[in-house]
Amino acid sequence: MPLPKVIGSEVEYGITVQNDRDFDPISNCVLLVNAYEDNQEAQILWDYDQESPLADARGFDVEGEKYTPNQQENIARNKTLKNGARFYVDHAHPEYSTPEVTNVLDLLAYERAGERSLEKARRAASGLLPSGNSILVYKNNSDRKGNSYGNHENYLIDRRTPFKVVVEHMTPFLVTRQIFCGSGKVGSENRASPCDYQISQRSDFFETEVALDTMVKRPIINTRDEPHAEREKYRRLHLIVGDSNLCEVSTYLRVGVTSIVLGMIEDGAFTKNLSITDPVRVIKEVSHDPSCTREYRMERGGRMTAVQVQQEILELASRYFSSREVDPIVKDVLVRWEATLEKLAEDPMQLDREVDWVIKRRLITEYISKRGLDWKHPQVQMLDLQYHDIRPHKGLYFLLERRGAIERIIDDDMIERAIVGPPTDTRAYFRGECIRRYSDSVFGVNWDSISFNLGEEPIKRILMNEPLKGTKAHVEELLDACPTVEELVRNLTS
Amino acid sequence: MRITKQHADDALIGVWSAADQTHKKRSSDSGNGAEDTAGDAGGQKKIAKRGEELKDEMDSLIDEIDEVLEENAEEFVKNYVQRGGE
Repeated sequence: MPLPKVIGSEVEYGITVQNDRDFDPISNCVLLVNAYEDNQEAQILWDYDQESPLADARGFDVEGEKYTPNQQENIARNKTLKNGARFYVDHAHPEYSTPEVTNVLDLLAYERAGERSLEKARRAASGLLPSGNSILVYKNNSDRKGNSYGNHENYLIDRRTPFKVVVEHMTPFLVTRQIFCGSGKVGSENRASPCDYQISQRSDFFETEVALDTMVKRPIINTRDEPHAEREKYRRLHLIVGDSNLCEVSTYLRVGVTSIVLGMIEDGAFTKNLSITDPVRVIKEVSHDPSCTREYRMERGGRMTAVQVQQEILELASRYFSSREVDPIVKDVLVRWEATLEKLAEDPMQLDREVDWVIKRRLITEYISKRGLDWKHPQVQMLDLQYHDIRPHKGLYFLLERRGAIERIIDDDMIERAIVGPPTDTRAYFRGECIRRYSDSVFGVNWDSISFNLGEEPIKRILMNEPLKGTKAHVEELLDACPTVEELVRNLTS
Repeated sequence: MRITKQHADDALIGVWSAADQTHKKRSSDSGNGAEDTAGDAGGQKKIAKRGEELKDEMDSLIDEIDEVLEENAEEFVKNYVQRGGE
């Protein structure tokens, strides 16, 4: 049996200030993060002691400087929210990390809760700027000038699965999955060959197969070995190769199918060699082929399209699940994956209610033909950027969603609930509830710990090495029985 | 032939309309649909009417986009510069 898939996403947003020639991203990010009303009195540190971003999954530590801000700066840049998420400043971008969840529907709800929280923060922060200035935030991955920022996915996997095997099977899967989860981009960057429009925002930026880096010479498989959990048991696969999606179907398939494939790899069910020759070149070629008909050379011989590679993986999955009880969400993901691949093989433009890159391509081609423009026109570039604007009245994705032109997976209630409360079935429940109940006494937080300030006594750090403990079922009764943090800590440490 | 063409247009523009679930389904098997309705003048009229509606829908979408699209696109896009992240 594969491990239950604990998952989470980290979305870095683009940020700018309208009518501000001296725009400083970092100070505006700090303003944005601090303008968000969640639990304002709380002054909670992000606990960097627990982090080791320079450990490499291939078994060595990499030389480098670990970033640890001073206490004041730390509090100004980090907010841990009562839904268990982290909203913070990462380099020059606002970033929203969802709490740990156990299924793709919750992932969707929390990632979309992030969009709405960012928008709420954006409105509040803009009110603090001189009149005429307004913060603008984009859920995209590139400025079209060679600068990229990420959407990272995290999947808890079994450490017993050799990393080499993960790399071998995940590479062809990741190189080809963009056909259903790319966000689309006008033009190319980073010295990739010119094109009018391509499937992925990110693919132009990948320059190597496997490495620790995330900011330069980006790898298809990132090797950061920082499980934020019991190191002996778990590995956290940190995928940096994906685009941020606006539409729910693309996120649903991206994360849903990736979870399924990882489970199969852990279980030894990925039994085919689907390695593609020169994946670093092919990831860009797949992105640059919106017809999805191009064929790529396979290591085992012969040539296949990206759709065919995905269909072979789907076939492995169908075989794998034929003898198992299938969770209803997993089953729904499988059905949609199959239907989507069929449409991609037939005519990708059929997916213009479901898949970001197709939705945006349809929108732009219609606009171009109605207004008599070409792909290089500034208005076309504006459409490309504004599709990702998180303001409901300005963002073109949201405009389409409002018109009923986009297929949904979850409803608005689920998103609103995710803004205010943690998931109930992971340790994020304990984190979120502690912040809600004892916010004045929470001193510091990391994914796998929470520490309390009990006044006279030394800081008490509670470790949470098991992502599936600290759930509502485990701790609600305990929390209810402890009106004060002193009682909670006494109960936990006795 | 004309009807087949109509279906192709449907497939192109129907996607943005709110009430197009059934339409969408039909356009995905446009080959058969065209044959079924070819001899049916009422059906033909219906399709033409639907085509009109969808065209209007698309026109209204493009107009709505123009209302919200940032002004000075060239300047705006030029000024959108990010530092690399991650």
